[in-house]
Amino acid sequence: MMSSRSGIHGRFDVAASAEAEGSAASAHATSRAMTREGGPLSAESRATPLEAGRATRAEPAVPAFAGVSPLERLEMELLLEAIHRHYGYDFRQYAPSSLRRRLKRRLEGEGLATFSALQDRVLHEPAAMEALLRDMSVNVTGMFRDPTFFRSLREKVVPMLRTYPSVRIWHAGCASGEEVYAMAILLEEEGLYERSRLYATDMNAEALEHARTGIFPIARMREYTTNYLQAGGTRSFSEYYTASYGAALFHARLRENVLFAQHNLATDTSFSEFNVILCRNVLIYFDRDLKERTLRLFGDSLSPLGFLCLGRRESLRFTKVEQEFEELDPKERIYRRAGPPRPHREVELEGHLDRELAPSSRPTRTRGTG
Amino acid sequence: MRPNVVVVGASAGGLRALEKVLGSLPPGFDVPIVAVQHRSRESELFATVIQGRIALPVREAEDKEALAAPGVYLAPPDYHLLLEPGGGLALSTDEPVSFSRPSIDVLFESAADTYGPGVLAVLLTGANHDGARGLTRIRAAGGVAIVQDPATAESPEMPAAAITRGAVDHVLSLGDIAGELVRRSVS
Ligand SMILES: C[S@@+](CC[C@H](N)C(=O)[O-])C[C@H]1O[C@@H](n2cnc3c(N)ncnc32)[C@H](O)[C@@H]1O
Repeated sequence: MMSSRSGIHGRFDVAASAEAEGSAASAHATSRAMTREGGPLSAESRATPLEAGRATRAEPAVPAFAGVSPLERLEMELLLEAIHRHYGYDFRQYAPSSLRRRLKRRLEGEGLATFSALQDRVLHEPAAMEALLRDMSVNVTGMFRDPTFFRSLREKVVPMLRTYPSVRIWHAGCASGEEVYAMAILLEEEGLYERSRLYATDMNAEALEHARTGIFPIARMREYTTNYLQAGGTRSFSEYYTASYGAALFHARLRENVLFAQHNLATDTSFSEFNVILCRNVLIYFDRDLKERTLRLFGDSLSPLGFLCLGRRESLRFTKVEQEFEELDPKERIYRRAGPPRPHREVELEGHLDRELAPSSRPTRTRGTG
Repeated sequence: MRPNVVVVGASAGGLRALEKVLGSLPPGFDVPIVAVQHRSRESELFATVIQGRIALPVREAEDKEALAAPGVYLAPPDYHLLLEPGGGLALSTDEPVSFSRPSIDVLFESAADTYGPGVLAVLLTGANHDGARGLTRIRAAGGVAIVQDPATAESPEMPAAAITRGAVDHVLSLGDIAGELVRRSVS
């Protein structure tokens, strides 16, 4: 199980196969790039655009976490460093305040007084690491969350997808999968499901395990039904599941064209090319630098004129990639890749996932390979 | 010391209380204000309504937005709002705290951690106990806590809970809070 860095439960095999194909060097370059700005939680790497213009750039007016003792700040950095080095999970570039809040909660949960004590426990007891991971990956989600977003997908994105021979979609940070099932339903009703492939990834293996079952609490079906109708659903929502023993079991057909796999946006690389990428309510957990890195990863994984969908309160504003996208629906945070196709890339990472899915129905690629 | 930020928490009865406090501040009030008002998921119009009644610019916070003054940043419905080192805002969909998202405690605790003695906090009317814990943290980190006099609150429970907990520097009537904010923010 989770006993050593190399023993992390099934890291995304795609990343592994990509390395085997000779992109190890680029993976290294990425990890170097990620630490270029100095140590984790360095005040400088967190300078806001506002501050960047000021003379105080190297020494912001307010030091990072002015209300926390220097010793505790050090202990928190060391804990993150230890988790990264031993288990491979990199939380060093998560948005520091909510990160700190969750780590504090873990301290309370373990009945410990200091981050050093938590570090000791997490390093020596894999179960404590699993509990921490669970706390760190916020799985709050739902079906047709933000119905107007799904309505906009139907009205503004689907018509364009219709013109494609095949549709490839990536749900990055899919949690327990509700959003993916919602998407499958939408595609089914629009007559697109047959030719679609959905890749649903998350760093949390437990959440993916749940997603694969397609079983969700019956108590939430009322809410989902309302959302579904507001999102422009054309049938009766209850057609999609069977209720039994207090649970709703969604029909297996809805995951026939779905592949759930583990992928960490902070440490893994691009693995294929997609027409649509949804990454909703995940980037809010990252700091500016990691958000930029992740957006670059999406840029590398999106076909020309591909769509990028963010959460309701997330945006590309103030990011370096803003110019590369146009806003298709600003309110719903749906973007479309704009302008000329990006420069030709050396290595095209072939989808191992494709092979795993349906060898015969592998979609033709829209761009030349390297 | 001159505060880096003013944080405000309000619940039941908050619209009128916020209007009164924020509306009494000079339009050039140059410390950024970050506020949590409990409300339902659907109430997207709140910022517009408040903006219609006060001169300070009001907006719903965006993730990773940089704080600027003069300005009032409101937590959007269904998200926690936190202050980040480096002068930015962050949103989170972590579980509700005491049934609230946004939670006043989450904002206040992040303010205490991030700005320490540079926090000036105001807790207004409400019918629950949100904010008391956060005020305790703010004071422990050297910040200042102002609580609305429960006698002048539409719902007295929330300010009263903070007072019971001893998490207060000043208990002021609604009409006196703006004056105290101005007094404390001139250097
Ligand atoms: C709040 S959920 C979002 C679920 C869904 N997209 C939605 O909007 O309803 C955030 C998810 O992001 C995942 N996550 C956090 N950090 C990640 C990372 N570095 N790589 C991949 N997934 C991550 C968490 O495990 C969690 O399942």
